[in-house]
Amino acid sequence: MRMRAISVFALAVGLLSVSMPLFAHHGTAVFDTDKTLTLKGSVTEWDWSNPHCLLQFDVKNESGQSVHWIAETQNPANMVYAGFGKASFKPGDEITVTLMPTKNGLPYGRIKQVVLANGKTLNASGGTTSGDSSDSSSGSKSGNSPKK
Amino acid sequence: MPNDGKPEHQLPYTPQGLETYKSHKPLIGVDEVLPTDYNDPRDKCEPLGFPRTDLYYLRDTQIFQNEYKVAILYQYGEAWRVIWTDGRQLPKLVDGAVLVGKEVREQRFYGYSVGKWVDDTTLVVETVGMMPEDRVWLDITGRPISDAARVEERFHRVNRDRLELTVTIDDPKMYTKPWIAMNKFPMRLADPHRDVMEVYCSPSEMEKYDKLFANPTSAPASPPGGDTPGR
Repeated sequence: MRMRAISVFALAVGLLSVSMPLFAHHGTAVFDTDKTLTLKGSVTEWDWSNPHCLLQFDVKNESGQSVHWIAETQNPANMVYAGFGKASFKPGDEITVTLMPTKNGLPYGRIKQVVLANGKTLNASGGTTSGDSSDSSSGSKSGNSPKK
Repeated sequence: MPNDGKPEHQLPYTPQGLETYKSHKPLIGVDEVLPTDYNDPRDKCEPLGFPRTDLYYLRDTQIFQNEYKVAILYQYGEAWRVIWTDGRQLPKLVDGAVLVGKEVREQRFYGYSVGKWVDDTTLVVETVGMMPEDRVWLDITGRPISDAARVEERFHRVNRDRLELTVTIDDPKMYTKPWIAMNKFPMRLADPHRDVMEVYCSPSEMEKYDKLFANPTSAPASPPGGDTPGR
């Protein structure tokens, strides 16, 4: 009798035991972790790729000037758990973005949440703290000053 | 084992181990640096290697087995690894290589693994023959692993839906004694029809990300008197 080459298969998913930055490419060294900004703008580009997805959008400031922002999320394999997808945004979409800005005052940040024009809310942390993920070795200190 | 500066999480480094750790500039952990300053081989798209793959991205892990071997397919880098369960001996370590029988063989990013079933639900795996410390890191926080390492994994099937993985590192070049890197890390049995997404390092995508985001966000702060546009 011919033996089957592969007789058993299992797909196992790593489980989260405590909440921590997970599957992250990098920590929070560039971000002002004590601040949150909420911005209304118009999408110019949505890049669904590794190591981070990037959302680009234009925001009109108080003077009426248009400022171009770029905000990141974790990678696609993480973000699907938060309901993000390749087609989540298209150019022209009106969005409200809540993000953690960078320390250097430039228009960049890490997304916490995006609310679409139809009211749907995408919570970015849902891709990193839901019930299946692993990183046994992370532990960045909040507010740590990075070494140069 | 978190790397958060707490005393209970300090590792038993040898002098060489501590020196190697300090030479690493990681993106995450108590010693994290800015994205423009790090030197993690991961982001040069070097293979993650073993045992780092156990400590980094064990999200969707596919495990195949037959009477001769267990094959593990890792999501990150779409890498695979074979654990022989056919009774063969673990290779011997020699300087810069391994001995498989009498044959000198190369070091491998994912090493050489043999496994033994110690009971119906526990597979104990030994792995040697990994890359030296200037090619790979142990984890994302920059802790080191050398080619002298011997890694033990215990895969314990607790019940139908739960698998627990314990990883012990024994690396006399980097650490003065063995230590447990992962202790009963839980994994859940998933639907075998589940689609597994790719997670990879692409030099072109990394270059684009660095140009668009990593480099600008690592730049010094704006001079005083300027306002953040859009705020």
